[in-house]
Amino acid sequence: MNQLQVLVKIIPQLLSDGLALGFVYAIVALGYTMVYGILEFINFAHSELFMFGAFVGTEVLLLLKSAGILADMSPTVALLLSMLVAMIFSGALGVTVDRVAYRPVRSAPKLVPFISAIGVSFILQDLVRMVEEAKNGKFYLNAPTLFTNRITLAPNMVVPEKTLYIVGLCLLMMVALTLFVSKNKWGKAMRAVAQDRETARLMGINVDKVIALTFLIGAALGGAAGTLFSVQYGSISPYSGFVLGMKAFTAAVFGGIGKIPGAMLGGILLGLIEVFGASFLGALTGGVFGSEYKDVLAFAILILILIFKPSGLLGKPVGEKV
Amino acid sequence: MKRALSPLVSLLVAITLLAGGVSAVAQTALPVIKIASVTPLSGSQAAMGETIKDGIELALNERVEEFKALGFDLQFAPQDDQADPKVGVSIAQRLIEDKDILAIVGHWNSGVAIPSSEVYNQGNLAMVSPANTAVAVTDRALPVVNRICARDDAQGPAGADYLFSLGLTSVFILQDKTAYGQGVADEFQKRYIALGGQVLGYEGITAGEADYSAVEEMIRASGAQAVYFGGIYPEGALLIKQLKEKGIEVTFLGPDGMDSAELVNIAGEAVVGTYYTSTAADVSGTEKGAAFAAAFKARFGHNPEGYAAYGYDALNVTLDAIKRAIDANGGALPTREQVVTAVRATSGYEGLATNVTFNEIGDNTEATVYVLGFSEAAYPPAVIKAIPVAEYLKK
Repeated sequence: MNQLQVLVKIIPQLLSDGLALGFVYAIVALGYTMVYGILEFINFAHSELFMFGAFVGTEVLLLLKSAGILADMSPTVALLLSMLVAMIFSGALGVTVDRVAYRPVRSAPKLVPFISAIGVSFILQDLVRMVEEAKNGKFYLNAPTLFTNRITLAPNMVVPEKTLYIVGLCLLMMVALTLFVSKNKWGKAMRAVAQDRETARLMGINVDKVIALTFLIGAALGGAAGTLFSVQYGSISPYSGFVLGMKAFTAAVFGGIGKIPGAMLGGILLGLIEVFGASFLGALTGGVFGSEYKDVLAFAILILILIFKPSGLLGKPVGEKV
Repeated sequence: MKRALSPLVSLLVAITLLAGGVSAVAQTALPVIKIASVTPLSGSQAAMGETIKDGIELALNERVEEFKALGFDLQFAPQDDQADPKVGVSIAQRLIEDKDILAIVGHWNSGVAIPSSEVYNQGNLAMVSPANTAVAVTDRALPVVNRICARDDAQGPAGADYLFSLGLTSVFILQDKTAYGQGVADEFQKRYIALGGQVLGYEGITAGEADYSAVEEMIRASGAQAVYFGGIYPEGALLIKQLKEKGIEVTFLGPDGMDSAELVNIAGEAVVGTYYTSTAADVSGTEKGAAFAAAFKARFGHNPEGYAAYGYDALNVTLDAIKRAIDANGGALPTREQVVTAVRATSGYEGLATNVTFNEIGDNTEATVYVLGFSEAAYPPAVIKAIPVAEYLKK
């Protein structure tokens, strides 16, 4: 049996791994894209809101564990609880960051809030590192094991239970966000502000409130994704957000920045490309490029697509905003 | 906490030095032989440096009287290189200027030992390293540089021999694309193929990432019996954990980059049944080792760790060589050149942690690589096998 045939056998398995990674990317990408849609501004500190959420969620789990409750409670409840707390903390931090670092420079040239975001990113990284080091004597955290079961979905597809939870919860968040934006009054206000901030203001929409709400939702989603990430992969550091944030941002651009469905599609595709690329690259290139070149492959594909479709997969060529 | 200690440590060092100076004044009759230890005594790696220094100090104090009988005043000069190559080099400059210093025992970090030893070489100052495993330490063939521990490139072949001895004839190799990780993985591969083993895959992973599912699935698909991972514990632990969660049953082996209590913290129960190789082992199980541990505890109030016993042996190797140089010199104080030659000529030293015979580039032909295995999720794991490295030395 040659190597390619072997790899074909693991396709279903790779599909589930790629989806789990892709959904995490997608949820984080939503935070980038929502803020961009409204402010035309890349919130580079979003990766740190993700990381912050991962730490808060993991600390909640560790707290439950050290209190001896974790073993007795249902892992689903523990996961939801830690995710909820992480969402609250990350959301609050997102709003605070906007209020402190972005709002004062909102009317300044575009580069100013961008630099401000980079600054916030550094501060948050080292703040978390400092607190964790003072608290635990080391700056990274290991999530306790929540789900141990594996579920056989198909002959070649054995999936850890937690992966199913992660995909399921991400889907749920996506549906909820889509409904909120399309049906809810505040969702409509968000779309109005995204289309034309000044006119929206004239129509009686409290623009600052809507912007704060956008940061709240984006950051809360980031925090939830952080917790899921920590549970899925087991270990986080204050610098975990950086690479993941880069990829999520790329996913947002890939799907069409400013477009909520675009971020979802872009994230999922990027996760799949990465996982499949890592497995197939060696076989396809006769061993010249191994799995370590997966990011090169992923980004090469992205650049190719963006050359032919600069506004991203779901972006409209002319329209600037949502 | 460690940082807060550093002024205290430097104060202690200063007092020790001062005390040494005072006693030197008091006993001007005897010519002075000073041995310096150079390890990190402050900063994040101070704990390892401190325990090695203590091991050296213990050995030195045991032999002060012996040297007094020979007509010399043996003194100890502990130095703090802060695990920093710049500091190491500036200390080395100072040490070669101090004519009483006849040899140094150090360092802890290969990255510090390599540039510092260039300076020792200029000053003809013999260095005996207890713990530097990087191949470049001795591969530069400097006459002054010697080490009593095994080389990094012995770990790969030793790992291959061990897996093969378990009857595991197919392996999937992973490495983390660092000089260290790829280095051991490649050495492992060479040996494993030479033994007749089947390498079913060889992939690199990116350190610092968290999702290794793609390579894990490749391992599953390849049907390999074992995984060799050239890399460090953060990624190794995640691999162990994720392989277990995915239900991929393989025997996992790595090099001493895996040697950390964090391996158990990250991987949890999944760590049971995994192995790593190391160039150092806990000696407290042996009779000599138990006596050493007791004497160590009595003097310093805490147990010896990691390379402490290697510090002890390195110092004894050095003093034995100096003693031979004194004899050869008709009982007079030997020159640094004579000490360098005498150290390199060390042969058949029987020590606590290791026996020592240096080859022509200063590698110890009697060094050992240990295989350690987890039978429960607790650190440190037990030594399962000691593999002599003589066969793996190329020169």
